Amino acid sequence: MATAEAAHHDEHHGHPTGILRWITTTNHKDIGTLYLCFSLTMFLVGGLMALVIRAELFQPGLQVVDPHFFNQMTTMHALVMIFGAVMPGFVGFANWMIPMMIGAPDMALPRLNNWSFWILPFAFTMLLASLFTAGGGPASGWTLYAPLSIQGGMSVDMTIFAIHMMGVSSILGAINVIVTIFNMRAPGMALMKLPLFVWTWLITAFLLIAVMPVLAGAVTMLLTDRHFDTAFFNPAGGGDPVMFQHIFWFFGHPEVYILILPAFGIISEIIPTFSRKPLFGYTTMVLATAGIAFLSFIVWAHHMFTVGMPLAGELFFMYSTMLIAVPTGVKVFNWVSTMWRGSLTFETPMLFALAVVFLFTIGGFSGLMLAITPADFQYHDTYFVVAHFHYVLFSGSVMAMMGGAYYWLPKWTGHMYDERLGKIHFWTNTIFFNITFFPQHFLGLAGMPRRIPDYALQFTEFNVISSMGAFGLGLSQLIFVYVVIKCVRGGKKASDKVWDQPRGLEWTVPSPAPHHTFDTPPKIA
Amino acid sequence: MLCSRIRTTAIAGLSAAAFGLMADVAVAAWEVNLQPPVSPIGRDILELHNLIMLICLIIFLVVFSVMFYSLYAHRKSKGHEASQFSHSTKAEVVWTIIPFLILVGMAIPSTATLIKMEDTSKADLTVKITGYQWKWQYEYPEHGVSFYSNLSTPRAQIEGIEPKGENYLLEVDNPLVIPTNKKVRFLLTANDVIHAWWIPQFGTKKDAIPGYINEMWTLVEKPGTYRGQCAELCGKDHGFMPIVVEAKAPEEFEAWLETEKQRQAKQTADLNRDWSKDELLAHGEKVYVNCVACHGAAGKGLPEAFPAIAGSPVATGPIAEHVSLVMNGKSGTAMQAFKNQLSDLDIAAVVTYQRNALGNSTGDVVQPSQVNSIR
Repeated sequence: MATAEAAHHDEHHGHPTGILRWITTTNHKDIGTLYLCFSLTMFLVGGLMALVIRAELFQPGLQVVDPHFFNQMTTMHALVMIFGAVMPGFVGFANWMIPMMIGAPDMALPRLNNWSFWILPFAFTMLLASLFTAGGGPASGWTLYAPLSIQGGMSVDMTIFAIHMMGVSSILGAINVIVTIFNMRAPGMALMKLPLFVWTWLITAFLLIAVMPVLAGAVTMLLTDRHFDTAFFNPAGGGDPVMFQHIFWFFGHPEVYILILPAFGIISEIIPTFSRKPLFGYTTMVLATAGIAFLSFIVWAHHMFTVGMPLAGELFFMYSTMLIAVPTGVKVFNWVSTMWRGSLTFETPMLFALAVVFLFTIGGFSGLMLAITPADFQYHDTYFVVAHFHYVLFSGSVMAMMGGAYYWLPKWTGHMYDERLGKIHFWTNTIFFNITFFPQHFLGLAGMPRRIPDYALQFTEFNVISSMGAFGLGLSQLIFVYVVIKCVRGGKKASDKVWDQPRGLEWTVPSPAPHHTFDTPPKIA
Repeated sequence: MLCSRIRTTAIAGLSAAAFGLMADVAVAAWEVNLQPPVSPIGRDILELHNLIMLICLIIFLVVFSVMFYSLYAHRKSKGHEASQFSHSTKAEVVWTIIPFLILVGMAIPSTATLIKMEDTSKADLTVKITGYQWKWQYEYPEHGVSFYSNLSTPRAQIEGIEPKGENYLLEVDNPLVIPTNKKVRFLLTANDVIHAWWIPQFGTKKDAIPGYINEMWTLVEKPGTYRGQCAELCGKDHGFMPIVVEAKAPEEFEAWLETEKQRQAKQTADLNRDWSKDELLAHGEKVYVNCVACHGAAGKGLPEAFPAIAGSPVATGPIAEHVSLVMNGKSGTAMQAFKNQLSDLDIAAVVTYQRNALGNSTGDVVQPSQVNSIR
């Protein structure tokens, strides 16, 4: 019996089916699927909130919502997208791909894995329920700056508790990733042979463990300020509102890289496959990722140049922030070099990867501009910043995930997705994305502050364009949902290799991949 | 769709016309760059911005010409065979060092500008700016003058009942007045939450933080009216607390300062006499502007978030408690302390107004002297 079970992990007797299968599952693929479905749901919920924002900003004047609700939408949109869509999305990819890529049968800590997922639906139920409490949801921006967040109602407490739960979930997920990568690699899979996606996730996991507790500390102090008469941040009791910002951004900047490093990993898998060439400069890619992660801890105050820091502080954070351009540049150069003299084809995943390289670089350059302190005084808290972080987060993280989804869907489902619809999704998504966010650079430069529900007349034209783009962008995601559902339900049978010349262990196993991928460790050349 | 296009074109046309008519209207529709600066720092920033923009653009073009050339020339459909090279130490060293050197080149002018910006010494005039939810207070501590600056765009324009004026949302009742060609130092703080004071054409933005006093300076070279907005999310009406600065020639500024001093002296005299109920109601209605943002024009509030005044136990209960709530606010809520913002007369008038209008009819009359005794 014992030997039979060892040989056929995926044929346990009495395996629960239906909803219980998903609640009790400890299988990395099932949990990966749960994470990805959760992420997609939150992406659509957060997207609807963005559409409320853009509907209100379509014309000057107040037409759709009142300013208080508008502030709840900007706050919730960010919290849902960051903690609900992007972070769980990447954990979904990690769950599915890391064991397959390193030649392991599953994640190292399967029950912890189940738990870290199932915390999330409860956390987000609480977060979203806060919209229906007396006085509405949190309205102080996702950064929850004190003392504004001290003024809020019960919804702020629910948000704080939800953040604690999301933090627990992230930390458990990160521990699992680290333990899996360090202990479950197939013999011969040396660290410097790990696929880049695994490397970026390893580094991301360390960032998560380092900074999620910092956020937990900040929001806990906020909670005691609100209810137990402490005055960490409340100036009325001698507290320091600027300290909140320092602590928040000490979490917040590494968080930005938590949201982008796995995207770099996905891109670094896709580009070599469709260039039919190995990744250029593997070692420097790993080092650049580690360099970015290190720098992320010493640049946080560039989010708060306007709080009135001493000159020396401003100079330090300006220089350290500018330095990030070096490893990031190396990555872009290496991706371009990977394509150079390759044999390129342009399937949907490759199109997404190319768009990420191109558009993320625009976001990178606006980031460099924001690092220049004197100029940042003009850009700070304007739509220029909004444009910047959507270029790195949407056309960086989110589009990398879409590309990754198209890339690995055949391996996950055993079916090819609809290539024609995939390409339509890519083009509508990418064109509407630029229509939405490119004009926001101009709005910011011309002087439109962010987080305002109504604006002066000279900002009308670009806001009209941006809002129209946003609705197109929202609708184009329905194509994505349709393609995914269609691919899960059927389609052309995918081969083991799926693509012409992919690299990596995941392409050596059948499509769909068996329940436990590697019962016996593969041999690594 | 068509309708909105016509409206957009109309607005664009209107702003263009306004731009042509008024020499000092500095911003127009379709603007794609920073507003034209009127201070030396603003100019430095614009130059820095243009320079860095240009450098970024050049690098962008170079890198992506290479990529797009590769996408064109190295396609499988053209039969291009993949070469299998995977690294080149020389190339990687080069594209680590060159960007680093470019960054050093950017850092030098940035550092120089930053050092200038942070030098607030040897100012000719000091103005203290205090942010409130949702208005600004300006004080000239060297001259004993102070006043509040509120949004003056009518609600009807915001709600779309009336057509929007040219300076929609960028107009105030009392603008800050400063002299041209003098170094003006701003001291920034806030009363409740964090705000940020920003005039794009000056190139100055800094947070106004409760418990802190931040410093910043400007020197405006051209007389004119300059407009900006609060730039740090500060609650419900963050989008409705504009900043307007009038820069006047030094002698005109002196004259303005003199009239302002006299006006404020008259206000003090008004505090010491008894006021009739009608006078108080008329004045109270004006002061009520301070309350509208949360409690609404009809005193109905916003369910659950902001309490109504109509029929409220405070506005129909004991006078002393009502006055004290207006003066001291309620901690942990957006109800702020108006003690320092409003005079005894203002408070007396607004309390009288709230008790006899907005659906209340207590018949109470509150005099400035009564308020003073509670203060």
